[in-house]
Amino acid sequence: MTTRTRPAPARRGTPRRRRVDGLHAYTLLLIGWLILPVAIMIAFGFNDVHGKQNYRWEGFTLRWYAHLLDKDDLVTAVVNSLTIALLSTLLSTVAGTLAGLALGRYRFRGGGATGLLLLMAISCPEVVMGASLLSMFVTFGLPRGYLTILLAHVMFSIAFVAVTVRARVVGLDPAVEEAARDLGAGPWTRFRLVTLPMIMPGVVAGALLAFVLSIDDFVITGFTSGATVTFPLWVYGSTRTGTPPQVNVLGTLIFAVGAVVTAVTARRGARAPDHSRAW
Amino acid sequence: MADSAGRTGERGSAGRVRGALAPYLMVLPAGLWLLVFFVVPMVAMVSLSLQTGDLVDGFRQTFHWRNYTDGLHTYGDQFVRSLWYGLLATVACAVLSYPAAYWIAFRGGRGKTAYLMLLLLPYFVSFVLRTVSWKLVLTDDGPVLGPLRGHGILPPGFHVLDTGFAVVSGLTYNFLPFMALPIYVALERIDPRVVEAARDLYAGRAGAFARVVLPLSLPGVFAGVILTFVPASADYVNAEVLGGPGDTMIGNVIQSEYFDNGAYPVASALSFALMAILLLGVFAYARALGTRNVLEAAGR
Repeated sequence: MTTRTRPAPARRGTPRRRRVDGLHAYTLLLIGWLILPVAIMIAFGFNDVHGKQNYRWEGFTLRWYAHLLDKDDLVTAVVNSLTIALLSTLLSTVAGTLAGLALGRYRFRGGGATGLLLLMAISCPEVVMGASLLSMFVTFGLPRGYLTILLAHVMFSIAFVAVTVRARVVGLDPAVEEAARDLGAGPWTRFRLVTLPMIMPGVVAGALLAFVLSIDDFVITGFTSGATVTFPLWVYGSTRTGTPPQVNVLGTLIFAVGAVVTAVTARRGARAPDHSRAW
Repeated sequence: MADSAGRTGERGSAGRVRGALAPYLMVLPAGLWLLVFFVVPMVAMVSLSLQTGDLVDGFRQTFHWRNYTDGLHTYGDQFVRSLWYGLLATVACAVLSYPAAYWIAFRGGRGKTAYLMLLLLPYFVSFVLRTVSWKLVLTDDGPVLGPLRGHGILPPGFHVLDTGFAVVSGLTYNFLPFMALPIYVALERIDPRVVEAARDLYAGRAGAFARVVLPLSLPGVFAGVILTFVPASADYVNAEVLGGPGDTMIGNVIQSEYFDNGAYPVASALSFALMAILLLGVFAYARALGTRNVLEAAGR
């Protein structure tokens, strides 16, 4: 067998994992690179640092975990981030699901324009979205703060939820709902007992996406925040004076929760029939 | 047998009215929200971009087109640099993620989901914090470069932070999943039997890849290019955290014109110009490659 550096699409007749091939090693290397900064972030949450700058290892400590809630303004920022994310997820999931359902199910005048609007909202650069919101708030003299952040977050999340749900609706078999109607189910019953359970994976995926987008958002939040501070804004502000280790701890905790939720979701998905190749 | 009449609405006259109204009622909340907080702000921004005035006396509509010409003239360098950095990061993302996506899609076997998750794991750390952590990696006496420098592996003058390279590396790091995921999805959809057929027809490994796998995966690459290029070239966090004063991008200018200088009209003009340039670029790109291909892949 000639050794080629080119990726080989098919390796028939050879036993699998005969050797660690180059591409496998490369994939692991890439993953290692992506994880390196995260590993450093986690490690420096345990750093027994005494000055303001947290980039030299000074010994192991758990004191930042014990004093996690010492910085009042940081706690406020985290609470703001969490409540905004929850509220915006709730609102955008309801509105986005309805829109996604309508767009996936019905053909109606304005449907194409709505779809285009969603696509524009998704592909619009964040800084432009933030700048335009700020322009509007300035033009109409609206004070910026918690409420304007929430309104903005719902806005950019709606499009993602709607698109996710629509993708799910398009793949559904309309015969199931017709069967429910033929069996005498009214519109509300059909929605609750048939449609909603069928689109639920799309709704959950959309809601998770909305939550992540909101809690992670920095740019649009920065333009709409006024004096209100969220976690990303606080972290950004702290880079000038030195980021305290509590930020690493909070980052680690958020990371852990996100990873666990995804692992559970992935495991559930894995139980569904597997379409992976057997070669 | 699916009855197509059932999809469009209810039977019976009352039902028909409800069926006809239903999609509008369902789209209404989302549509209104986008109208008020996406469309109206855009209009407000365009209007503001033609005004003159200052923060103290307020702004007045004067159709001052020079906001555009002056803005583009003054910050042309930053515009070009943004597009250039965005392009570099996009290419880097494609080159770096394609082989890994390929391996996971074709060789991942049962571990496919696990590998994909590992690849996406870093993105559970929030964007700003991730960038700050990446800065730590690139810091001269940080935990990575410090020891390397201490052991004399790196030359004494070696320096990464505050350079254009640092900014592009940060953009690449932050936006890699936008490229890796569409490529992975496209590769994963390729029927392995097609590849086998190519091999049976005496295509070599390289031939089968170049003439079968690569073309079939291109829609994923095209979608990835748009998904990566737009946010990367409009970003300002990476340039702010990782770059030096000579590496600022147009996002930094927009941000500081708004918040440091209170020059709202110029900032609005610049951000509208940025959007127009990116949109035109995306449309030209889509046209060149075939609209259907790109939109289909991007809309997935």
